[in-house]
Amino acid sequence: MLDILQYTFMQNAIVAGLMASIACGIIGVYVVVRKIVFISGGIAHASFGGIGLGYYLGMNPLFSVLPFSLLSALVIGLANRRTNIAEDTVIGILWSVGMALGVLFIGLTPGYAPDLMTYLFGNILTVPINDIYLMLVIDILIIASVYLLYKEFMAISFDEEFAQVSGLPVEKLSLYMLCLIALTIIVMIRVVGLILVIALLTIPASLSREFTDKLDRMMMLAVIFGTVFTFIGLFLSYYLNIPSGATIILTMAAGYMLHSHSREKIKKPHKINDKILIESVRYQIL
Amino acid sequence: MKDLNNHQYAVEIKDVWSYYHDVPALKEVNLDLQERTFLGIIGPNGGGKSTLLKVILGLIEPDRGDVRIFGKKPKEARKIVGYVPQHSASRLDFPINVWDVVMMGRIGKTSLFRKYNPNDRKVVKESLEKVKMYEYRDRHIAELSGGQRQRVFIARALASEPKLLLLDEPVAGIDTTMQKEFYEMLEELKSHITIIMATHDISAVSIYVDKVACLNQKLYYHGSKELKPEDLEEAYGCPVEMIAHGVPHRVLKAH
Repeated sequence: MLDILQYTFMQNAIVAGLMASIACGIIGVYVVVRKIVFISGGIAHASFGGIGLGYYLGMNPLFSVLPFSLLSALVIGLANRRTNIAEDTVIGILWSVGMALGVLFIGLTPGYAPDLMTYLFGNILTVPINDIYLMLVIDILIIASVYLLYKEFMAISFDEEFAQVSGLPVEKLSLYMLCLIALTIIVMIRVVGLILVIALLTIPASLSREFTDKLDRMMMLAVIFGTVFTFIGLFLSYYLNIPSGATIILTMAAGYMLHSHSREKIKKPHKINDKILIESVRYQIL
Repeated sequence: MKDLNNHQYAVEIKDVWSYYHDVPALKEVNLDLQERTFLGIIGPNGGGKSTLLKVILGLIEPDRGDVRIFGKKPKEARKIVGYVPQHSASRLDFPINVWDVVMMGRIGKTSLFRKYNPNDRKVVKESLEKVKMYEYRDRHIAELSGGQRQRVFIARALASEPKLLLLDEPVAGIDTTMQKEFYEMLEELKSHITIIMATHDISAVSIYVDKVACLNQKLYYHGSKELKPEDLEEAYGCPVEMIAHGVPHRVLKAH
């Protein structure tokens, strides 16, 4: 089994999987605890406009998607803070406008758009080395930002009003966090693709929440969970010859469900909460 | 400004008006509050109590008028103001323990990118001891009762070492015995800080506070512990007997 590790594409895939797991483990925790999954989904889908632009301009779509997703993050963030438009409306509009722009750009590009599916649904087995360098730079930026702004990010996530009253630059910090989410999405495009990004942002982080009450430990656990699931999915997809992005997502979902199932089985007999007790008493009376 | 040096007010509000869309929330509000006073603000729901506190915090910019906190504008005074918001228990599923919540009170004193230092930890420990919650420091906030959680949020406000403490409906959802303990704690605090508390709890106001004001868009305040019955009737829009039932003599002068 280990002989496949000799192949460069496999080595690249493993490094890419690790990079994606680090980024989505750390940032995914903020996405989950701040309950901004839908915002992240909006940024991810709007980024498709950047992919289309890359095809149109004949450049690496990963580089054209960079300004596009950062811009989407800022537009969503500013629209939510400075206008009266409902948050989900803003997300809905940006989500579809970004995708429409992508389709338009691809339509304007002469000829066939190769590898389009790769950007939408990921293919970890074909990650070029240049993209790995970009992922590495983004990972370092994410780790450094979260290390330096840990207490500030915690404050705006837990209680934004109190952070404001304490004199923190809440708007700038929130926008910066959205930009980090946008960067995380770019790291994950090659691994699971734009459409499937949300699963990688949410599943490892919410699974880690089951094991700890501390934000920093959640991040570490989420990185570990992400890495394990990504590697299992990667090898499954290689040996079974099935699409890698989808396999990784389904592996994660299976792991998550397995955990929730076992938790239900173990915890229920021990922990009888008042509600259940009252209900059962009521049934006996009836 | 002339007597700024020898006699400075903790809070000075001059002719403040605030509108929510086109509806006035505050009308012509004036208030001078001396240092180390415990002021209770009562008034009906939607009377503007939270709005007034947010104006003092600089979270809401008044449409007219001027607010000074120890002579400074609200936004510049944030480092000396502590705040315990209403319903601060709304994020119970957040992964954070008691210690880290109170630590957050130090964030205004610590510059961006910096980590908390030993002095911050000392202040947090003292704040938790003051509200008798130090032994619960490792508990997750969801594992506390409503009263305990409220004390944690007060400790967070105290950790910022405020000269002015603002409390918005602090006893909502706390049982009566806990409320008594809570008010006694505030009584101790008022020896060195100024406290403004917005509340529905008229009976508590009558026992523990130094001054009472009544707010329903307009602020009825005479720098005393008593309110005129006609002010209360105007503010609440109903006869006094219905408002202060059971404890009329404490809030109101004998009439």
